[in-house]
Amino acid sequence: MTDSNTLSHLDLETPEKPFLDANELVINMGPQHPATHGVLRVILRLDGEKVLGLECVIGYLHRGVEKIGEHRTYTMFNPYVDRMDYVAAVSNGLGYCETVEKLLNVEAPPRAQHVRVILTELNRIASHQLWLGTHALDIGAITPLFYTFRDREEILKIYEKYCGARLTTHAFRIGGLQYETYTGFEKEVKNFLTFFRPKIDEYEELLTTNRIWVERTKNVGTISAQDCIALGVTGPVLRASGVKWDLRKAQPYANYKNFDFDIPIGENGDTYDRYLVRMAEMRQSVRIIEQAVDALPEGPIIAKVPKVMKPAAGEVYHSIEAPKGELGYFIVSDGSTQPYRVRVRPPSFVNLQALDLMCRGQLVADVIAVIGTLDIVLGEVDR
Amino acid sequence: MIAKLKGAYGSGIEPLSYAGQNYMVVDRSLIPEILQVLRNEEQFDYCVDITAVHYPARERQFEVVWVLYSYARNERIRVKTQIADGATVPSSVPIWAAANWLEREVYDMFGIKFDGHPDMKRILLPEGWKGHPLRKDYGILQQDNEWVQINLGIESGQ
Repeated sequence: MTDSNTLSHLDLETPEKPFLDANELVINMGPQHPATHGVLRVILRLDGEKVLGLECVIGYLHRGVEKIGEHRTYTMFNPYVDRMDYVAAVSNGLGYCETVEKLLNVEAPPRAQHVRVILTELNRIASHQLWLGTHALDIGAITPLFYTFRDREEILKIYEKYCGARLTTHAFRIGGLQYETYTGFEKEVKNFLTFFRPKIDEYEELLTTNRIWVERTKNVGTISAQDCIALGVTGPVLRASGVKWDLRKAQPYANYKNFDFDIPIGENGDTYDRYLVRMAEMRQSVRIIEQAVDALPEGPIIAKVPKVMKPAAGEVYHSIEAPKGELGYFIVSDGSTQPYRVRVRPPSFVNLQALDLMCRGQLVADVIAVIGTLDIVLGEVDR
Repeated sequence: MIAKLKGAYGSGIEPLSYAGQNYMVVDRSLIPEILQVLRNEEQFDYCVDITAVHYPARERQFEVVWVLYSYARNERIRVKTQIADGATVPSSVPIWAAANWLEREVYDMFGIKFDGHPDMKRILLPEGWKGHPLRKDYGILQQDNEWVQINLGIESGQ
């Protein structure tokens, strides 16, 4: 797809040029800056208001999740993955459970697969809502935050009723589900969809043609498809640059192949296109959930899995399309009850690497917009 | 494709498969060439992940793993190589810009250095930290007590 191996804008040869020019200014943003969505420290090199380059300093939230994984059984490690991308805990759980299922060579029953899809897509909506609210807030629009949090509450209520938790849900188990859906689950999910559909229009009414929003996002943080691929960027950021690639279609997992949905893509790869792509993704998620609820089969919710899990020695890499991009797990088993090695391939970590490229030549205020549009969660960047 | 590579490089490549996923164990000396061939001739244009696994009982203690994906072929492959403690691996930053932070993380967690990396330093742990936590001989409760005492002013170091 790309011909040259090197990125024209990335000056990889001289990463540390001495800052001797009197016009250059080096300033710190974060780690306690409210617009860095957690604890991200960015060292900016500026020429007046213009960004010449920047370096990210991360690790403030490092909790050693991968190390913990080596010291817990497969079942015990399951809730830990929720704490990585804590606004999309259900997606993290789905990726982990499916990877271990591959190691164990079991498959979740159809009903479990359907419920998994419903909850994961609800989670995608919730994650995008949180992104929209905070991103708009960073840029200066306060109202979307109230709107999205008001509506996100309805999703959290469904989670709370289903598994008792709102944020770090631990909704799935290896092999299927722990809990049968509660009475009225389908009806409540459908009610939510009816409630939510006009809300997306409401969000769009506030922003899509809003002059200030357009000025602040159009041609800001532009990244080409070629650069996205070279930097390993995935998710809505990649799609906004025009690459029609979504793991749900490219390498279907769970039972996504049974559902009809489109992959929205953008053209320019700027902040505005990424906004449009995520808005369109919410509509697609609504479509998927609707089909999944309508076709929810009866049957068992968990496959036959041993109480003490001892997958045969081997290794598996499996990834899913999390709201932020490709979330992969690489698990090595040595035949014991604990994983020998758990590696998490976090989308936020890899996507954040593109921040430098996307911010070059932009203004300081645009850095805020670009951090928001990358939709990073520092819990996942640092793990 | 793997058969073609096997034909070209012979005993330096061992193609394997587990749970329907293909991977190959490649001799350390062939690594730069194989990665280059995979990127340029076999269209593996997306470097998904670079990581390592520590096997202290083995003579060549570390396994470095590249997970690669090709958009054109919609195919994933893993390349692995085994190296001894203290040995280095050539950096793949010139091949995939994405490798930059991934290699820094491997260095941070395992202490494996990548030759030719533009900025080989820790990424998640602070500069000056002693030890590499994902090595098997690094305890789960272990910390760099001295670092904690000096930088955080916590006397117990925990």
